[in-house]
Amino acid sequence: MVFSVASFITQVAVLLLLLVLVHKPLGIYLARVFEGTKSTRVERVFYRLAGVDRNTEQSWAIYLRSVLVFSSISILVVFLLQRLQGVLPGNNSLPGVDPWTAMNTAISFATNTNWQVYTPEATMGIFVQMCLLAVQNFLSAAVGIVVVVALIRGIARTRTDRLGNFWVDLARTSFRVLLPMAAIAAIVMLIGGVEQTFWSTDVTNQAAGITQTIPGGPVASQEAIKILGTNGGGYFNANSAHPFENPNVFISLFQVFLILLIPSALPYAYGRMVGDQRQGYTVAAVMGTLWLASTVLMGWAFAGAEGTATAAAGGLGEGFEQRFGAAQSSIFATATTLTSTGAINVAHDSIPPMAGGITMLNMMLGEVAPGGTGSGLYGLLILAIVSVFIAGLMVGRTPEFLGKKIGPREMKLTAMYILVTPTIVLATAGVTVLLPDAMANAPASGPHQFSEVLYAFTSAANNNGSAFAGITSSGPYLSSVIGVAMLLGRFLPMVLVLALAGSLAKQPKIPASSGTVPTHGWLFGSLLLSVTVIMTALSYFPALSLGPLAEGLLK
Amino acid sequence: MNTLSGYLRQAGTALRFLLLATVVLGLLYPLVIFGIGQAVVPFQANGSIVKDPAGNPAASALIAQVSADNSGTQNPAWFHARPSAGKWDTSNSSASNLGPNDSKLLDAVKAARTAIAAAEGVKESDVPADAVTASGSGLDPQISVAYARIQVPRVAKAHGLSPEAVQAMVDRRTVTGLEAFWGQPSVNVTELNLDVAAAAPAK
Repeated sequence: MVFSVASFITQVAVLLLLLVLVHKPLGIYLARVFEGTKSTRVERVFYRLAGVDRNTEQSWAIYLRSVLVFSSISILVVFLLQRLQGVLPGNNSLPGVDPWTAMNTAISFATNTNWQVYTPEATMGIFVQMCLLAVQNFLSAAVGIVVVVALIRGIARTRTDRLGNFWVDLARTSFRVLLPMAAIAAIVMLIGGVEQTFWSTDVTNQAAGITQTIPGGPVASQEAIKILGTNGGGYFNANSAHPFENPNVFISLFQVFLILLIPSALPYAYGRMVGDQRQGYTVAAVMGTLWLASTVLMGWAFAGAEGTATAAAGGLGEGFEQRFGAAQSSIFATATTLTSTGAINVAHDSIPPMAGGITMLNMMLGEVAPGGTGSGLYGLLILAIVSVFIAGLMVGRTPEFLGKKIGPREMKLTAMYILVTPTIVLATAGVTVLLPDAMANAPASGPHQFSEVLYAFTSAANNNGSAFAGITSSGPYLSSVIGVAMLLGRFLPMVLVLALAGSLAKQPKIPASSGTVPTHGWLFGSLLLSVTVIMTALSYFPALSLGPLAEGLLK
Repeated sequence: MNTLSGYLRQAGTALRFLLLATVVLGLLYPLVIFGIGQAVVPFQANGSIVKDPAGNPAASALIAQVSADNSGTQNPAWFHARPSAGKWDTSNSSASNLGPNDSKLLDAVKAARTAIAAAEGVKESDVPADAVTASGSGLDPQISVAYARIQVPRVAKAHGLSPEAVQAMVDRRTVTGLEAFWGQPSVNVTELNLDVAAAAPAK
């Protein structure tokens, strides 16, 4: 399989063009949804039935409590109904899901991770996939978005403790943003060849004497939100490498576009909501630069086709699908790991060592370029606060961010945010490598075995969900530790972000003076870019050098 | 007490919200997409099922269709699909997930190269990478143009067809244009084998 540079460049160019065209109208639409106060009649009925008081705004603590209660209830319901699959309709004759798998999966889908310890074809029937997992694909994406909306309100508002109403934000994001966009995406996918049935089809090739059962399922509807909501949990085991999830190179490119779509439009909405479009553009430019740099690096690593087995095969091929080619697969691998998606159209375990390292590095960046739906933007805004803090130290002034003082409380919350994810990743991976029984689940040897484990915990704590899938994570130890990593990696940052939002909202807006470090423009953008990369490199470099770097450099 | 009742009230709201959202997002939405699929693009929506000349469903154009013995050796009468980590089982789509330096993978690749070169009567260096590597899904219906080309003489002979006629069928099933440029020029083996079956003189 040859890496075509011309194919790579034109696909990247088309993606950039489409995103540049769409981000503004979509950003305006998103801002209107988040700032709107009117409800439609259907929404009012919905709020009444759900018991939501749509006119009451919440403090940060109540907003947070709503996030946590809603997510807990989601996990509980998804867990219990998986366990009961055997007696529920639409189970495709499959039994109840075993408790470890059900627990891990419930956490995984409610945290927007979509780590899959199970083989969908052999574990999850249509009911579980369509009514539990796909619904969480919508709602977990919406939860990520509403948290960043609360943070933006905290930045934009002054002298208030009100951040909005979680339930109203969740409903608006689900029904006004995700549902219509997913429906359009699903129709495009249908036309492109993604199936949408409720039955399998028996086929017989009489000449060759072959009979097959062609699996069916509501794939297009689920695939659309899986990609759009940066979820990534496949209807089939092979995920977006499966021909029914991703039938050709056009749909594959469309999926990359959908992965990047909402996260890259959110900065525009942010600029609009804080009343300074330059803020949004600076953030978007940093995201775009990181994305482009990572995409080019990934292309370089794919084109190198390093590896003894790869060389013996005469090039890339293992884990690749013929219809996508190496260029499209490298673009997909970058987008899926720079966001919290984790869908794959090539087996990441089999790509060249340095390419595997870049997928991990992308997640370790905190998935901020452009990141998961909502989580990418709040991740980068946190890094922007770190940047003004550093700039403030350099000029000897109390740092400010959009007219809000960044005092000790704000800095403590920010610093904890920065520490949470690396701590989870390095602690869980570190403990696991000391346990021979746990390591037996990663069948590779040498640095690649460590890479499989490091990838698993990086993916879990960053709520990505992709894997070096040689690892078997369905046993009690890995499924529970990975489950905990997903929970902490999702909700600890959200606690800190909402606390920060609350403390920013309370402050008055101080007018910018000649000593204020502007948080827009080239200078600040470069600082933010450097802070993002350095924070990551310092935290993870030792771990990366034991895994993918060692494998890539040792010949 | 106040906090506890607050939690309970929110749990109730959460449960009702989840239930209502499930009706809309988990039932109405997929059913509407299903309806649109059946009305507008039934072929794609139903899994791209292609029929044989008698009109019976013969295969899915998107899924590899392989007859192989227990050791995974494919039937020599037909064009071969790429190796599959899941033995082309449609209920077990999977990749090998072996690393790029994995010794097991290295051995498997070398063995496959030797076997294919012998079976097709070509030099080992003429066996392309896609022929010796398992696909990402295990159900990849396509192969490279180079892999199709070295299989033409064997398949033509097995069916009493001229190599030129079989090569013409290969060309017809090769993707072209932008699809080949962004992806690769590839040949759909599932459809190609049905073409061969339809063209072969009855035995």
